[in-house]
Amino acid sequence: MNSIGEGLWQAAQLIVQLDSDLVEITSLSLRVSLGATIVASAIGLPLGAWLAVNRFPARRLVIALLNALMGLPPVVVGLMVYVIFSRSGPLGVLGLLFTPTVMVIAQVVIITPIIASVAHQAIRELWADYHDLLISLQATRWQRIRTLLWDGRRALMTASLAGFGRAIGEVGAIMIVGGNIDHATRVLTTAIALETGKGEFEMALALGFVLIGLAIAVNLALHFLSRTERGARW
Amino acid sequence: MNFKTLLLGAVAAVISTAAMAEDLKMAVTTSFANSGLAEVLLPKVAEDTGINVQLLIVGTGQALALGEAGDVDAVLVHSKAAEEKWLAAGNGTHRREIMYNDFVFIGPKEDPAKAGAAEAATGALQAIASQEAPFVSRGDDSGTHKMELRLWQAAGVEPAGDWYRAVGQGMGAALNTASGMNAYIMSDRASWLKFANKGDLGIVFEGDPVLFNQYAFLPVNPEKHPHVRNDLAMQLEDWLVSDTAKELINGYTIDGQTLFVFNAEQ
Amino acid sequence: MVGAHWLTLTDVTVRRRGKTLLGPVSFALNGSGLTILMGPNGAGKTTLLRAIHGIERLNDGRIEWHDPQDADGRAQGFVFQQPVLMRRSVLDCIAYPLRLDGQSAVQAREAARAAADEVQLRVNLDQPVFLLSGGEKQKMALARALVRAPRILFLDEPCANLDGHAIIEIEEILNRVRAGGTRILMSTHDQGQARRLADSVLFLHKGQLVEQTEGREFFSTPRTEAGRAFLKGEILL
Ligand SMILES: Nc1ncnc2c1ncn2[C@@H]1O[C@H](COP(=O)(O)OP(=O)(O)O)[C@@H](O)[C@H]1O
Ligand SMILES: [Mg+2]
Repeated sequence: MNSIGEGLWQAAQLIVQLDSDLVEITSLSLRVSLGATIVASAIGLPLGAWLAVNRFPARRLVIALLNALMGLPPVVVGLMVYVIFSRSGPLGVLGLLFTPTVMVIAQVVIITPIIASVAHQAIRELWADYHDLLISLQATRWQRIRTLLWDGRRALMTASLAGFGRAIGEVGAIMIVGGNIDHATRVLTTAIALETGKGEFEMALALGFVLIGLAIAVNLALHFLSRTERGARW
Repeated sequence: MNFKTLLLGAVAAVISTAAMAEDLKMAVTTSFANSGLAEVLLPKVAEDTGINVQLLIVGTGQALALGEAGDVDAVLVHSKAAEEKWLAAGNGTHRREIMYNDFVFIGPKEDPAKAGAAEAATGALQAIASQEAPFVSRGDDSGTHKMELRLWQAAGVEPAGDWYRAVGQGMGAALNTASGMNAYIMSDRASWLKFANKGDLGIVFEGDPVLFNQYAFLPVNPEKHPHVRNDLAMQLEDWLVSDTAKELINGYTIDGQTLFVFNAEQ
Repeated sequence: MVGAHWLTLTDVTVRRRGKTLLGPVSFALNGSGLTILMGPNGAGKTTLLRAIHGIERLNDGRIEWHDPQDADGRAQGFVFQQPVLMRRSVLDCIAYPLRLDGQSAVQAREAARAAADEVQLRVNLDQPVFLLSGGEKQKMALARALVRAPRILFLDEPCANLDGHAIIEIEEILNRVRAGGTRILMSTHDQGQARRLADSVLFLHKGQLVEQTEGREFFSTPRTEAGRAFLKGEILL
């Protein structure tokens, strides 16, 4: 298996030629994982902040639950989502199985706990700093959360990125719920699994390098965005 | 960063991909998908019938389970006993035989267990077992795995011990394992010919008629699952038993070797 | 100096973890001007200020504001001993209380600029607040407390970490704020500062109110042993 060099070479060729399958697979990967990251952030970031700011009886339980969910193997999530969205399952009538939508749903389940947990850590620190001031200024509960989310936005972006990283590299769950259908639900990771199964290591490696490159590119893009934003404000 | 545009874009993208017309979902076995025959047949299906066949590539067990749950419109598998049980449970309308391929025994080229000298497939397995030569089994309850177990039984050997490795994975992963261990393995011919990581392995035994592997097409029962596209499944079946299909199937070769033999009753 | 009472404390007590940090304390404040809370470290000054402002839970006793307008927490500004630095620009830090009140960013920033001017915070207001010097940070906190035009202003040792020049500047600002009619409650353990600013004095020791005096007579004629000892510098803790 002296194929890393060949894999790189093939990856370079595929990218330079803008191979149509590669473009399709990559863009679906991006859309599914970005979609999942956006939805999971919309749930996880305020949830993390809420947990950091509020004391309520079930708080410790919810945090323990989040941590437990974080350790949930993606295949198990995939299986649960499959059972729910199967035609014979409770939400089968929606006909969402083997579509990108259900892949997004599965990934949301997988990464929301991660995003919420990282956000919780970050917001808890910020809350310790801001606590007295916000109480003194009589900020409402909702205002407190909004302030913490806004001022903690860089840490929160990190939380979202952690979620995105997990989503884009995830294979177990989307294989089950998406079905790895050519031209419909095939994404980078499931394509890699398929090519590996065929013993086509060069192609699998090529896709792997695209995946790594993509993850790096998205990270850099977000980093750059946050920089320009800060430049304008500060 | 403009979150709203990003969100709208993502939502729109997801919705647009979700909505497509005249799609038929068919669960097929890994061995069929790996053969590359699908890439020859499906574009012609689309051209002749307008049906876009979406393949779910799984093991026989999972393929039948997907059909039972109504998650696919038809299945194309190769495990007669399991298919008949599945039909008897009311999961499908009928079973239509389409074609067959065959299994081969793969092993180290120098064939240390002398499996290639055997007269019959069972003899080859006995030779491997008696030498306790490393043997990789799919071990995933797939059609191929079931066939392998039937052959061991026919050979009167209980495959167990250090030399017998059940990997619980698909054909490709199992072949990768065998290649890494320089072990014997049973594979369908198509998967083997397409497999790119052969290493020091080669075909050591082939040709026994018990190794023939019948593929059948089974539409999912629309009475059980009203949403399935039985109309499309029937169109596809008509196409699969047509002369066009016959020519394409019989004419499909890899490295000059024919892989499938069309045997549907027309 | 004499007027109706505007604040009355009755048996105010704060306990934490089984330890009594403050009280029972009872007193009333009347008149305008600047009230100094004196006392050594750990006397309970911070606890008392926070309790009056309503951000420290009472275990016992009552705090009564006689004018409902005073009772509204938004009519009270609080400057913490350690300025709370938000991760924002100086201007946005100062504008923040007005943003909470629903003002537009433009409006709030305009008012924040005026408040920065009022405390003579002459720096680039668009830089991150953490880049400011100690005195500038304290001025920022003061401007933020003043931006809602409070009726009451609390200051918890605002000059504890500052050098002489910055102290004088802050005192000048406080004199102007007092002249504008804002009532000020300020803790300090710096006797010089207390002598310069006090209109009346509350002397705390070991969680108890030991002396309450009008004007600056506490410094010339302390009535208690503890007061005398404190002024002589004999009580440090
Ligand atoms: N949350 C708390 N738990 C326990 N002890 C506290 C707490 N806050 C303050 N203290 C203690 O209460 C006493 C009074 O504190 P404080 O009001 O800060 O005094 P001062 O401001 O006069 O220095 C001190 O002994 C301090 O250590
Ligand atoms: Mg203090």
